[in-house]
Amino acid sequence: MAQIASITLLHNDDARPIIEAILADNPGVRVLNMPGAVKLDCDDELIVKRASVEERLGRPWEPQEIQLVLVSMAGNLDEDDDWFKLSWKH
Amino acid sequence: MAPKKLGLKQRYAHMTRGLDWETTYQPMDAVFPYDTFEGIKIKDWSAWEDPFRLTMDAYWKFQAEKERKLYAVLDAFAQNNGQTGVSDGRYVNVVKLFLTGISPEEYQAHRGFAFTGRHLRGAGPRVACQMQSLDELRHIQTQIHTISHYNKYFDGISEFPHMHDRVWYLSVPKSFFDDARTAGPFEFMIAIGFAFEYVLTNLLFVPFMSGAAYNGDMSTVTFGFSAQSDESRHMTLGIEVIKFLLEQHPDNLPIVQKWVDKWFWRGHRVLGLVAMMMDYMLPKKVMSWKEAWEIYFTEAGGSLFQDLARYGLKAPKYADVATADAEHISHQNWAVFYQYTHAAAFHTWMPDKEHLDWLSEKYPNTFDKYYRPRWEMWAEMEKQGKRFYNPSLPQLCQVCQIPMAYTEPGDPTKIAFRCSEVGGETYHFCSDGCKDIFDGEPEKYVQSWLPVHQIFQGACGGATIPDVLNYYRMNVGADNMDYVGSPDEKLWNEWHAGKAREAV
Amino acid sequence: MPVTALAPGYADKIEHRDALKNFHGNMLVYVHWEEHLSFCSAIAFPLPPAMPFGALVDQVIKPAYAAHPDAEKIDWSTVVWMIDGKETKPDLAASLEANGMKHKSLVRFWTPGLGGFKGSAS
Repeated sequence: MAQIASITLLHNDDARPIIEAILADNPGVRVLNMPGAVKLDCDDELIVKRASVEERLGRPWEPQEIQLVLVSMAGNLDEDDDWFKLSWKH
Repeated sequence: MAPKKLGLKQRYAHMTRGLDWETTYQPMDAVFPYDTFEGIKIKDWSAWEDPFRLTMDAYWKFQAEKERKLYAVLDAFAQNNGQTGVSDGRYVNVVKLFLTGISPEEYQAHRGFAFTGRHLRGAGPRVACQMQSLDELRHIQTQIHTISHYNKYFDGISEFPHMHDRVWYLSVPKSFFDDARTAGPFEFMIAIGFAFEYVLTNLLFVPFMSGAAYNGDMSTVTFGFSAQSDESRHMTLGIEVIKFLLEQHPDNLPIVQKWVDKWFWRGHRVLGLVAMMMDYMLPKKVMSWKEAWEIYFTEAGGSLFQDLARYGLKAPKYADVATADAEHISHQNWAVFYQYTHAAAFHTWMPDKEHLDWLSEKYPNTFDKYYRPRWEMWAEMEKQGKRFYNPSLPQLCQVCQIPMAYTEPGDPTKIAFRCSEVGGETYHFCSDGCKDIFDGEPEKYVQSWLPVHQIFQGACGGATIPDVLNYYRMNVGADNMDYVGSPDEKLWNEWHAGKAREAV
Repeated sequence: MPVTALAPGYADKIEHRDALKNFHGNMLVYVHWEEHLSFCSAIAFPLPPAMPFGALVDQVIKPAYAAHPDAEKIDWSTVVWMIDGKETKPDLAASLEANGMKHKSLVRFWTPGLGGFKGSAS
C-alpha cells in the first residue's frame, strides 16, 4: 500500500502561493477542500520548494514561514534552507 | 566582506546543542534524576534529530506573528457581535464542550512538557519540549480569551476550572492527563507527544475547527488553527521521540510498544467526546466521525505504522476494535449525555428528521438498526411530556472513567463488562483495552478518583443530585438540561426575532 | 505486572480508594437491565449488605427503571438473574450477602419477551 505524505494548510491568502507551488511541484497531488483548510496528499513524498513559493510570492521566503499557515502534516519531515519535505521514503 | 549568514542546520546546531554542557559540580545523574527509572536506555543523546530546526529566536518571531493575527480576528469578532452570526444557538454547546473538556488539558500539557523540558538529558528534546510547553500555555490563554466573549451571553462556561476538577464527565480528559503527568518523562512523551499529538490530534482539531468555520464561528476557527500550526511541530516531536527511542536500544521496543498500546486506547476513549460533537452537536456538519476516523486514523495511521514497522513496532493493540467502534461511539456517547442532561454543563437535544436521515446515510450498517429506534422512542416520550432521564448514577470504567456504555465488539445490543481482582477488591472495565491498561499497572488505577464512587463516599457535597450539582457550581436550569427551553435558546430567538424585524 | 515507579516499595504503600470501609457501612452494587440500552450503562448504588434481595428489586431496581415503557410489563417471576457472571435464582427473602453478593458485585437481569423499543434493545 502506498504511504500517504500529506500537508494541511489554512485556506487563506498567505497560504495560496504555497498551495500553488505544491500543486506545481508534486505531480499527482490530491486535494481535499475543507471549510477553512485544505489537505494535500501525495503518495510517498510531498515537497514545498522555496524557489517555487518565492516565484509566486514575489519576495524572499524562508521555508520556516510555512509554520504560520500550517495545520497538520503526515510523513517524516526534512526542512532545510531551500525546501520543506514530507516523506515516507528511506 | 560581509559575514556569511549561517544555514538553518548550522544555526540550529549552535543555538541548541552549542549552548548545552556536561555538569561538573554535580553528576549528570543527580541533575537529571528521572530519565532512567522507566527502563529506557539511551546511548547517545546527540543522535536526536529536530527536523524543524527551530531555534528560540525564530520561535518568538513566529509565535508573535501568530498572536497578532489571532487577536486582530478576536477583536473583530467581538466588535461585530459575531456570536449572533453562528449557524444556530445549539452550536455554542460545541464551544462549551471545548472550553470545559479540552482547554484545561492544554494547561496540563503545558505543565507536562515543562517537566520533560527540564528532565530529559539531551539538549535537542529539551529545547523542543520547552517550546511545546510555551505553546500549550499560549493555547489555553487564547482559548480563554476567545471563549470569554461567548461567556458574556451563554451559560455553562463560567466555572470551567472549578468544574474540571469535579464534574463526572470532565474526569475523563482530566484523568487521561493526570495519568500521563504522573508517569515518567519518556512515557509522557509517548503518551502526549506521540499517541495524542501525532496519532490522534488531527481528529480533535481539524474536525472541530473546520466545523467552527462551517458554522460561522470565526473566533474559534482562528484560535483553533493558530493552535494547530504549533501542533505540526508537536507532531514532529512525537514522531522523532519514538524513532529516537527505538533506534537507541532494542530493549526499548517492548516498553515503547506497551505505551503505544495503552495511550492509543486511552486517547481513543477520550476522543469519543469529539465523535459526539461531530455527529450530534454541529448544526452544519463537516464529515461524520466515521469518515474522520478513516482519513485520520486508518489512512494516516496506516502510513505511520507501516513506517515504524522497520523498528519492530506494531500498530496499537485493539486498533481494529477502535475502528469498529467508530460505527457506534458517537451514538452511544450522545445517549449518555441525553439521559444525564440534568448533570451536564451543556445542552442536549434529539436530532430532527433531517439530522436522523444524515446519520442513516453516514452509518448505513448500524444507525437504523440500533440507534434510530432509540432516538425515535425518546422523541416520542418527549412529545408525551415524559422526557427520558436516567435517575440513577452510572457504573464507571475504572480506567477511562466513562460510564460503562460501550457494547461488546460485534454485538451492539450488549454492554461489554470486564473485571479484575486485586488485593481482594473487584475492578470493572468497559473494554479489553481498559482492562489491559489496569492489569499492567493496577497500583496506579486502584487509586483513581471515580466521580460516582466519590459521591457515594460523601465527598461531593451531599447525597442528592441537587447537592452534587451545587458542589459542581452548576447553575441549575441554565447550564444544564435540554437546549429547548433554555435561556440560551431564549436569547438566540430574541436576537433572530430582532434581525427579522430590522429586515422588514 | 507491577507499576514502574521511582520510589522503591511504592506498590506496598498504596491504598485502594474505593475500599469497602470508605462507604459508611454500605457496599457498592451495580445493576444492569439487559436489552434495554435506553439506560446507557449499568447503574450504581451504595446498599447495606443486609438488605434482602427482594428489597433490592422493589425499592431500588423497580424505581430506577420505571421510566421505560417496558418496565410495567415485566413479569418478575420469569426474570433471569446473573450475579458476577453466574446465572442464579436469588432468594428474595435472604440478604444480598447471603445471595453471594459482595462489594462491587454486578447484577445483570434479562426480562424474557421484552427486547426494548420495537425489539431494538433500546
